[in-house]
Amino acid sequence: MPVDASLPAVAGPTAPPSPLLSFWRSFRENRGAVMGLVVVVFVIFVAIFAHVLAPHDPLEQFRGFTKLPPIWVDGGSWTYPLGTDALGRDMLSRLMYGSRISLFIGLSVMVVSMICGVVLGLASAWFGGVTDVIILRIMDLIMSIPSLVLAILIVAIIGPNLTNTIVAVTVVYLPRYVRLVRASALTELSKDYVTAAKVSGVGPWRLMFVTVLPNCLPPLIVQAALGVCDAILEAAALGFLGLGAQPPTPEWGSMLADSRDLITSHPWVMALPGIAILITVLAINLMGDGLRDALDPRLKKS
Amino acid sequence: MFRFLLRRLALTVPTFLALMFVTFMMIRLVPGDPIEVRRGERGISPERLAELRHEMGLDQPILKQFADYAWGLLHGDFGVSIITKNPVLQEFLTLFPATVELSICALLFAILIGVPAGVIAASRRGGVYDQSLMGLALTGYSMPIFWWGLILILVMSNTLGLTPVSGRVDLINYYYPSVTGFMLIDSLLSGEKGAFLDAVRHLILPTIVLGTVPLAVIARMTRSSMLEVLEEDYVRTARAKGLAPYRVIGIHALRNALIPVVTVIGLSVGSLLAGAVLTETIFSWPGVGKWLIESIGRRDYPALQGGIMLISSIVIVVNLLVDLTYGLINPRIRHAR
Repeated sequence: MPVDASLPAVAGPTAPPSPLLSFWRSFRENRGAVMGLVVVVFVIFVAIFAHVLAPHDPLEQFRGFTKLPPIWVDGGSWTYPLGTDALGRDMLSRLMYGSRISLFIGLSVMVVSMICGVVLGLASAWFGGVTDVIILRIMDLIMSIPSLVLAILIVAIIGPNLTNTIVAVTVVYLPRYVRLVRASALTELSKDYVTAAKVSGVGPWRLMFVTVLPNCLPPLIVQAALGVCDAILEAAALGFLGLGAQPPTPEWGSMLADSRDLITSHPWVMALPGIAILITVLAINLMGDGLRDALDPRLKKS
Repeated sequence: MFRFLLRRLALTVPTFLALMFVTFMMIRLVPGDPIEVRRGERGISPERLAELRHEMGLDQPILKQFADYAWGLLHGDFGVSIITKNPVLQEFLTLFPATVELSICALLFAILIGVPAGVIAASRRGGVYDQSLMGLALTGYSMPIFWWGLILILVMSNTLGLTPVSGRVDLINYYYPSVTGFMLIDSLLSGEKGAFLDAVRHLILPTIVLGTVPLAVIARMTRSSMLEVLEEDYVRTARAKGLAPYRVIGIHALRNALIPVVTVIGLSVGSLLAGAVLTETIFSWPGVGKWLIESIGRRDYPALQGGIMLISSIVIVVNLLVDLTYGLINPRIRHAR
């Protein structure tokens, strides 16, 4: 077992390191996690500065230059480093703008799920009784329908576009957050410090959000990081089925779907968006594993 | 144990009821209705339209429609597909074996590779094997499986010509009656030369694609569960008394380490079915996943309702069984609830 740096130093002459610093020390130990972090930062950088970095407009069709191969294949040119798609749009630019969309979906789903999950989970744990039963049954119901089928159904009802993709994916993954918050809130509520807070007259709102919630955060943060991955993959799957962001939006999943006909003749058009998804999701997963080890030593083994 | 069973069963009843209601309501909310779709195609008169609506009960108050629907469900009547005019249950049962066959193969693939990989990684903790196996597992876990499917088709089918691109059976060369609905068994029963091999060749790619994510999950789970068990006293005792390492790891430790893994496998049925939707679409596999997607496109209410109802019921029942067996294996759980 490596020494766990996230625990406060025992009786030393110096003050214990700040939580942030000790977190970073323990995160740094995990080489994979740091690598993941580097890639994630890179993808975020590309997404933010896509309009500066991209060599071309992602929607512009260069009619004379359709299906150009990437630079390392014969016939590739530096004007279109990763080649062009069937309509002559620059692949590199589309991939760069695509990172915006995927990250936006991932982060939006995470933020909305976190908020809803915390509210519902805390309500469930605090009120108990009928509220608890109703919330849990609804979550059970959502979980009993295969995730993609439910997402497709929701999108079919409210219409396929970017916002609705976010709504659908949020609903599908909400139960995980709710159950997680509820479970850890229940554990915390039975502890002495909560009783102490109650006795000293802390109101229910303050008790839930200021006293209890921070102690439920570590597993929630880990779930959030992994939730971003699930959201990106699910949204890309919807895009692939034609139910996500609509063309000509450069969304990675729909780019893949568009390129299905070119699979034998121009495989890179199909390969590149998939590689982009894989690398992004893998990097976030690596980071999530590191986060888990650093934030919550109890979870280290699971 | 009996009480535990009753309690668990009672908990599923409201879920079922809610499921019925939600599938019914949600599908009513899908914009456009099947009659409208049909009118566009054929240009039928308004009178005939009203007649059709009446035939399908779409002119009834919505609560009446729900009551009829629920009553039918309780009698095993899942409605009639608007497009094909076949009973939904019958359509589902025709297609379901294909999905089950694919899912079982994928799960076997995942278990047969995932468990040994996890055990090897755990027994060489921190070593090269551990790191590369877990790196691969995380890659598999992060895989967009629709892309993975296309890549495999590109490499295995188009470039190397090893496997067919899509479908389930080569009807031009082989024809055999459907006895069980499972191609692997039917082709063997037919005794036709090469038929079984053909069925296997069609299964390989979809199996890999659908099995990749469960494989990664199982490998990671086995590893962490093994690591936990290997720290236990009884493992140290087994080692101290001089048992061969493979006996300690493979028999003493693995047995206990597999308990949480079995749960994970059982609970992955839902995600397996979700993955089947994508896999079946990519490989034109004639299963319920592809059928559901097509039903959404055709606005086939009864097929959708019935299909989602049936699939979700299966997930609920399987999860229930997993819970119960878990309670059997591990008595601590039983009393904790």
